[in-house]
Amino acid sequence: MAATAEARRADPAAAPTLAGAERRAGNTRRALRRFFQQRLAVAGLVVTALLILVGLFAPQVAPTPPEATILMDANRFPDRQYPLGTDAIGHDYLSRVIFGLRTSLVVGFAAVGVACLIGIPLGLAAGLRGGWVDFVTLRLVEVMTAFPGILFAMFLVAIVGGGVRNIVIVIGATSWVMLCRLTRGQLLTLREQEFVQAARSTGVPEARIAVAHLLPNALPPLIVAITLAIPTAIFTEAGLSFLGLGINEPTPSLGKMVADSAQYIRVYWHLGLFPTLAIALLMLGFTFVGDGLRDALDPRQN
Amino acid sequence: MARYILGRLLGLVFVLLAVSAVTFFLTRLVPGDPFAAGERGLPEATQAARAAKYGFDQPVWRQYLSYLGSVVRGDFGVPFQAPTTTVVELIKDTWPVTIRIGLLTIAISYPLGILLGFVAAVRRNSFLDYFLTFGSTLGLVLPNFVVAIWLILLFAVRLDWLPTGGWGKPEHYVLPVLAYSLAPTALVARYTRTSLVDTLGADHVRTARAKGLSNTRVLTWHVGRNALIPFVTVMLPEIPNILTGSIFIEQAFRIPGLGRFFVTSTFTRDYPMILALVLLVAVVWGVTYLLTDLLYTLLDPRIRL
Repeated sequence: MAATAEARRADPAAAPTLAGAERRAGNTRRALRRFFQQRLAVAGLVVTALLILVGLFAPQVAPTPPEATILMDANRFPDRQYPLGTDAIGHDYLSRVIFGLRTSLVVGFAAVGVACLIGIPLGLAAGLRGGWVDFVTLRLVEVMTAFPGILFAMFLVAIVGGGVRNIVIVIGATSWVMLCRLTRGQLLTLREQEFVQAARSTGVPEARIAVAHLLPNALPPLIVAITLAIPTAIFTEAGLSFLGLGINEPTPSLGKMVADSAQYIRVYWHLGLFPTLAIALLMLGFTFVGDGLRDALDPRQN
Repeated sequence: MARYILGRLLGLVFVLLAVSAVTFFLTRLVPGDPFAAGERGLPEATQAARAAKYGFDQPVWRQYLSYLGSVVRGDFGVPFQAPTTTVVELIKDTWPVTIRIGLLTIAISYPLGILLGFVAAVRRNSFLDYFLTFGSTLGLVLPNFVVAIWLILLFAVRLDWLPTGGWGKPEHYVLPVLAYSLAPTALVARYTRTSLVDTLGADHVRTARAKGLSNTRVLTWHVGRNALIPFVTVMLPEIPNILTGSIFIEQAFRIPGLGRFFVTSTFTRDYPMILALVLLVAVVWGVTYLLTDLLYTLLDPRIRL
């Protein structure tokens, strides 16, 4: 990053020159190398990639559709026919877990997408414009922070109702604050740095400064935050569904499966075990990738 | 300083006003009536009388103003889910249960987390360090209701050592506190490790060693004090979280604490209770943030208010 800044300072107004582009590619390659040197991060990436593949191809991978039930085979322990057993109304539990995983992933990615769409533009506006835009955004952020996260999400779900689409919107609408604050903070630090001042003094338009000078430098911490926001969103969905305020039947949700298993767990241990394993793998995978990215993208690490 | 605190308190009042207004209007937006008629509706006149009693016949902004008026007088109304008591009484009865679990959690997890983080920092990049890093990430990311289910399965169902849930006896504390402690322990351990590692490599620590100060003095005075700053950043904000209780833990272990009202109040459209809970949490948070910022100035003279 320092190298790019150096290049820009020498030639602030020019479009990214060949040398600049090459240097940036070098930075990316260095960051990738640092990422792949970390064992836990690589393990997390492998697990995450596998889970995403399973979620993506759930209809092909799962033995049955998620709604299919065979009442005759209800409450079966794991055996050859049903690798993860069946639940109280005869769902093949392997299929339920696979489709639950798919639900978690859809909600995780989509909710973070919504949060980005709200948080990043607001943070950009607040950080670039300052003044009253900044003031209003900060007050908004303050009020949002005062709401206990999941509580606000619960109220919103009570208003708009459950279901995948609504859960995505609710989680997105309650989790953009962190991204907004981060974007704004990054811009405030960068705005005062010499290479930006140099660009400004040579008459580069503000919009160009924002796109060509500020954004690329603000990106690495944002990438890390976005990666780590995904497991948080998955966590929130599981929590809401655990409380009965999230995904509705017949769509499977890992959180609801954990909640439903509580009453049977004394005998049918598999009902609790497999969804918790799936949640644990999801959360761990994404978190290790996020942590690894942070260490790889942090220019101080060398 | 006094001026700064006053300003912050005024800011807090503003936030509380905004939070109460947002919640108030949101609750009125929620489809569904707290007094939805059952199979046989009440007579028109009774319904009208009840609406008048709770002020539902007034315009919403007037309802809000009169609510603010009674809140200032310390009257948070009557919870719809328990009409024989008041919101204040209900919170007074249940919050101590939550606080007791919370304090136990803090008493266990913070010292344990500091210890584990310290060990990991001193033995950096050893097997033990990797093990602790993995364990603390696991502890941090596992939802605590998932942990709760595992604990119930293991200690209550398989081993039959402890009850699966309930309240009243000392043994009812064990599993909830255990499930609840995992995440804060992991969090504290992670941050202790990071901030100790950062501080151990700092120039002023090398200078202190070069001056020939004893290892203990370097660790307590030069390392400890600076390592405390990031610590304050993560540990203090956890406290309101812990003290206002976990909805999930209380649900999983059937504990009669404050947390379950977050759920039941939403389900039953219990407006007075919802508002009181939201305001309670907002106050606890606001005060904690203020204390955090004040502590910074004590720990790091470079930080000015």
